[in-house]
Amino acid sequence: MDLHLDHITLVYPDGDTTLTAVDDVSLTVPAGTTTALLGPSGSGKSSLLAVAGGLTRPTTGVVRIGADVVLDPTTTLAAATRTRLEQIGIVFQAPQLLASLTALEQLELHAHLRGPRPATVEVQAMALLAEVGLADQAHKRPAQLSGGQRQRVAIARALIGSPRVLLVDEPTSALDHERGTHVVELITRLSRELGAATLIVSHDASTLGSVDGTVRMLDGQLDSATRGPVDAADLVH
Amino acid sequence: MFVALRDLRHARGRFTLMLVVIILITFLVTFLASLTAGLSRESTSAITGLRADHLAFAMPEPGAEPDFTASSVTADQWRTWADAAGVVSADPLGVAMTRARSATTTSSVTALGIEPDSTLLPAGATGLAPGTVLASASAASDLSVRAGDVVDIAGREFHVGAVLDTEASFAHTPVVWTTLEDWQAIGARSSSATGDATATVVALTLDGSARIADTDAVAGTATLTTTQARSAISSFSSENGSLTLMQAFLMVISALVVGAFFTVWTISRSADIAVLKALGASTGYLLRDAIGQAALVLVLGVGLGTALAAGAAALLGGAVPVVVATTTTVVPAVVLVLVGLVGAVLAIARITRVDPHAALAAH
Repeated sequence: MDLHLDHITLVYPDGDTTLTAVDDVSLTVPAGTTTALLGPSGSGKSSLLAVAGGLTRPTTGVVRIGADVVLDPTTTLAAATRTRLEQIGIVFQAPQLLASLTALEQLELHAHLRGPRPATVEVQAMALLAEVGLADQAHKRPAQLSGGQRQRVAIARALIGSPRVLLVDEPTSALDHERGTHVVELITRLSRELGAATLIVSHDASTLGSVDGTVRMLDGQLDSATRGPVDAADLVH
Repeated sequence: MFVALRDLRHARGRFTLMLVVIILITFLVTFLASLTAGLSRESTSAITGLRADHLAFAMPEPGAEPDFTASSVTADQWRTWADAAGVVSADPLGVAMTRARSATTTSSVTALGIEPDSTLLPAGATGLAPGTVLASASAASDLSVRAGDVVDIAGREFHVGAVLDTEASFAHTPVVWTTLEDWQAIGARSSSATGDATATVVALTLDGSARIADTDAVAGTATLTTTQARSAISSFSSENGSLTLMQAFLMVISALVVGAFFTVWTISRSADIAVLKALGASTGYLLRDAIGQAALVLVLGVGLGTALAAGAAALLGGAVPVVVATTTTVVPAVVLVLVGLVGAVLAIARITRVDPHAALAAH
C-alpha cells in the first residue's frame, strides 16, 4: 500500500512564539519503492519522518496507508503505537539495538510485542538475517558487531513484521561511502521485495543511487521543484 | 519479560549487587522478627499460655494503664467476678518476680500463685500443695533441680513437687507455680499489695454473655484479654516496641533502596525504552516487563534472605531466643516483597513519561 502524507503541517512552541517545522507538505510514496528525502539540517525532514511514523502528531494534515487514515492531529499515543507495531518499520540514525539482545533476538522482539510468539518467528528472523548477510552473526550481541553489521540488523528488525511502510532516518551517517551505498542498496532491494513504501531521510545524496525517487526539503517545505502533491513515482531517476 | 530476562542476564553484575542488598535486608528483618517473637515468648508465655481468656487487674490510677507490678486484687473483687453472669471460671492469680536458690545456684524466677484445684494449673500437672512448687523446665534447668529437691524462694523453703514439661516465662524469668497461700506468704508483693490483697489479677474464662464493662465498674477492676495483657508487662512493651520499630524502619529502608536502584536503572535505560516505544511497544507492555523484572529480583532476594535467616535462627535456637514460624518468616517476606514492589513501581512509573520521539534524536 502507498504511503500518503496529506497537507502535513507541524508547529512547535518556541518560547513565546511558534516554529513551523513542516509547512503543508504532501507526498506520496508508492508501495515497493524507495523515496529519499533530502535537505540540510533544520529543513524539517526528520520532523516529517516523525509525523509519518506517529512519533509526533501533526498540527494539521493526515497520514494515510492506502486508503486508511492512520495518523491525524487527534490520534492517541496508544493508537499511534499500535500503528507503528502493525504497519510501520523504523530504522534510526544510530542502529539503536538493545544491548542485552542478540541479533536474532532483536528481530524476535517484534513478535513478542505483537503478542503470543508464533512458532515460525525464529525461522523468519533467521531468513531475514540471511537476507542482510548476517546469518552467521545471529547469536552475537551489538557490542560484538561492527557498525555496518549493527545497521543491517536494525534494517532487518524494522522489516521483520512485514511493514507496509518503512521509515529510515539518516542510515549512512555513521558509515563510509561504500558501506553507506551498500546499506541504501539493501534497503531499496528489500523494500521492493517486501512491497513496502520506504522513505529515507538523508543529507548525503551520494549514497542514494539505488533509490526510486528523491524529494528535497527546505525550511519546512518541499523545494520549488517538487512543491505541492508529489508522487515519488514521477521522480524516478 | 522478553527484554527483562535478557537485561537481567546482560547486567548481571548490577542485579547481583541489588540481590545481595535485598538478601541482607531480608536476613536482618527476618532474624529480627524471629528474635522479637522469641523475646516476646520469653516475656509473656506465662500469661498467653494461661487457660483463661481475660485478666481483671485492679483499677489503675487515672491516666495509668493496667500493670502487673502495680495490680493487686482483693477477695471481694475476685468474688464479684466469680458471681458475675457469663463467667465460666474466675481464679485468683498471683504474679511475683523473685529470687530462688537451690543447693548449687541462684536464679531469678517468677512465682505464679494459684489455687491447687484451679483451672490455671498447667495441663497434666499434679502435686501442687502447700510447701511445694512445680517448676517449669527452664526454671528447673536454671536452678539445676529435680523433683524432690529443695529450693529457697524469698527466704522460704519449698520442695520441688514436679518438673513440668512446660515452657512458661514471665519478663524473661522462668516460672514456678506455688499455691496461692504460699505465694501470699512469700511476700514478694508486699510493697504494692494492700492488707487484704488476695492476688495480682483475676484470671477469667468468659462466655459471650459476660458484661465486662459493667462488672469492671462494680468490682473496681480493668479487664484485658490475655493478649492485651502482654502490654501490662513493662519489659514487653518497651522491648517489643523497639524491635518492631526497627523492623518497620528496615521495611522502609528496603523500599527506598529498591526504589532508588530501579530509579537509576530506569533512567539508564531511557534510550532503550524510547526505542522500544518507537518500535511499537505499548506502555503497558513496558510496565509489565519492568515490574516483572523487579518482582523477580525481589522474590529471589527475599526468598534467599528468608531461607538464610530461618536457617540461622534454627541453628541458633538453643543460644538465642528465636521463633521460626510462618509469622516470623513468610509474613515479613511477603511484606518485604510488597513494599519493595511499591518502591519499584514508583520508580518504574517514569517509563510512562519517556517520549518515543527521543529514539530519533538519540545517537
